[in-house]
Amino acid sequence: MTIVNYDPRLVKSKNPYPKGPNDWKRFFSFNTDAKVIGIQYIVTALFFLLIGGLLAMLIRGELITPPSDLFDPTVYNGLYTMHGTIMLFLFLFPILSGLTNLLVPPMIGAPDMAFPKLNALAFWLVPVFSIILLLSFFVPGGPASSGWWSYPPISIQNPLGKMINGEMLWIIAISLSGISSIIGAVNFVTTIIRMRAPGMGFFKMPIFIWTVLAAQLLQLLGLPALTGGAIMLFFDLTFGTSFFRIEGGGDPVLFQHFFWFYSHPAVYVMVLPVFGIFSELFPVYSRKPLFGYKFVAVASFGITILSLVVWVHHMFYTGTPMWMRNLFMFTTMLIAVPTGVKVFAWIATLWGGNIRLTTPMLFCLGGLFNFIFGGITGVMLATVPVDIHVGNTYFVVAHFHYIIFNTIAFGIFAAIYHWFPKFTGKMFYEGLGKVHFALTFIGATLNWLPLHWAGLLGMPRRVASYDPEFAIWNVLASIGAFILGVASIPFILNMVSSWVRGKSAPPNPWKAIGLEWLLPSPPPHENFEEDIPTVLNEPYCYGLDKPFVEDEQFYIEKSLKKH
Amino acid sequence: MLTENQNPSLNHKPGHIKHDGHNMTGFIIFLCSESIIFFAFFVGYSVLKISAPVWYPEGINGIDLKMPLINTVILVSSSFVIYFAEKYLHKKNLWGFRIIWFITMLMGSYFVYGQYVEWSELSFSLQSGAFGGMFYLLTGFHGLHVITGILLMGLMLLRSFLPDNYKGGEMGVESVSLFWHFVDVIWILLFGLIYLWQ
Repeated sequence: MTIVNYDPRLVKSKNPYPKGPNDWKRFFSFNTDAKVIGIQYIVTALFFLLIGGLLAMLIRGELITPPSDLFDPTVYNGLYTMHGTIMLFLFLFPILSGLTNLLVPPMIGAPDMAFPKLNALAFWLVPVFSIILLLSFFVPGGPASSGWWSYPPISIQNPLGKMINGEMLWIIAISLSGISSIIGAVNFVTTIIRMRAPGMGFFKMPIFIWTVLAAQLLQLLGLPALTGGAIMLFFDLTFGTSFFRIEGGGDPVLFQHFFWFYSHPAVYVMVLPVFGIFSELFPVYSRKPLFGYKFVAVASFGITILSLVVWVHHMFYTGTPMWMRNLFMFTTMLIAVPTGVKVFAWIATLWGGNIRLTTPMLFCLGGLFNFIFGGITGVMLATVPVDIHVGNTYFVVAHFHYIIFNTIAFGIFAAIYHWFPKFTGKMFYEGLGKVHFALTFIGATLNWLPLHWAGLLGMPRRVASYDPEFAIWNVLASIGAFILGVASIPFILNMVSSWVRGKSAPPNPWKAIGLEWLLPSPPPHENFEEDIPTVLNEPYCYGLDKPFVEDEQFYIEKSLKKH
Repeated sequence: MLTENQNPSLNHKPGHIKHDGHNMTGFIIFLCSESIIFFAFFVGYSVLKISAPVWYPEGINGIDLKMPLINTVILVSSSFVIYFAEKYLHKKNLWGFRIIWFITMLMGSYFVYGQYVEWSELSFSLQSGAFGGMFYLLTGFHGLHVITGILLMGLMLLRSFLPDNYKGGEMGVESVSLFWHFVDVIWILLFGLIYLWQ
């Protein structure tokens, strides 16, 4: 076997590469290392999860009683608008960019992203637009209050007549977020297309890479439409144009088309990487190959293509012609096919597997359970008559929270726990992780399950006061929301404490197959440097006699020696 | 950096990935995405125009074609001119490249001037209904791209005077040239949409 000589000074200093893990200052600098940027993204996003969650608890505090007693209804409008915007643009998109930054280069055997400087620029735009968005709390008239979708004519009213208002800052922040996402998408797509390890053909890529590619292509195709709509909205609001003003010959529904042409696929931009995370984690924790690898991989692109032609299902009740409703009902239901392929593949992977209920696996199973539930209500909502009946009620709110929190955020937590040892070099505390899971699952279910009933009974969304008949569902939901708030405590405790003083992690604590697990924990600056492995098979051959890379033992020994 | 044994085992052949050469891929992906923004504006224009009972503001029946037509001819032919500039660069004829490249810049600048003259002669403004907004939005957004293109060309021209600059670094010139073709194609579509479809 090969003997590798190491520079003894590097091993002794516990700092195996320049600007190594001991140098905390690099997390506060314009660093171009994808692994640093990934952690910057994730920590920033988790901070905004706390702020968005605080707003959510204020909302649930208001809704625990039928009258609007905690806030003025206009303040309440600002609260839910900012809650939605912060959660989507300041939490979910950045945290997924962070995970993608951490995982893509090691998983494909690349030393870094294709454009490291652009990568850093994309990250540093996040604090810029976050500050702009948060500043809108302090301008006269308060923050944007027209909901996260910002429909005209409400969004272009500007009652105070001030040039700088909450809505304007909202549009600027969203556009900057769009620029950041486009830069990121160009980077991810180029990296995945051009920088894969030798032998890693498309059908040997990990599913996570497939889903990231599918999701980032959607960003590239969809996001400019929203940016176009946002520019026109900005002009209407600030320069008095009439793109969306009926009195000037414009069309407010046109904005809805622009908005949903992107913002529906945006859901898939977020959920596809989570599908990837599920597909990565289920084989690891059930010790079985991923069922139907090729179908799961191709289904991601099925979702990408279909998701570009479903956006009108958000507009069934805004004067859409009947033929359009039927067409988009059909395409929306069609999405259940590739999604169903994935769900059945995951269940078949779990079936008869040697399941290990670690924290990441629990989050995955919880996420899958919730996703099936949210998917079923999604098919219900795709049906035109049902949608017209429950449109703009709490049923819709409950449905999309089941997807966006109970599935996507669960998947994100699973990924954070699963790859935490790899990128910090420390093991987290399993017990605290399980407490976090239990609180999150109970809180999330209690929060959003009852709201389905409130919605079916007709409780409209975006109201600060409601009929007392809905009180019981709202009390349950509020208790759930506060439990979710409490759930953040064991999580933060676990992350901070185990990063600071946790047990050192071995290179492959979960006995997983994958290029990233052939690296030391944490991986060196340029991952495999000059020794990039040649990939032989897809990374799911658990229990099969198929080697993953050429000369695997060499890499395993190399990763162990670094400790 | 690890210092590795100079004589790795015979069965182990480390792979290698090129670190550079992705700029063009990235730039093409970016342009595809950029074209969607124009596509969104074009669709917006068409939808508003088809659904509007009265499209042009009061007192206007259409737009004069003369100035934009000259502009179109200039911009489209500049796309051929820039192609020859690139050819000269490939043949290592640096002065030929600089001169033809500069001519392209002049043609682009004339286009911007022509756009300015056209704007200043129009009797409607940004606030004149959906048409006014759309007209200025589309031509203005395209104009911004033309100006960006000219500035990028200027940058490349300056770079060509720096010592040792073009040692295999033709990527910038190729990207700018691609961008210029992109701006040109967008203009042809825009011209058809706003000026020919009246």
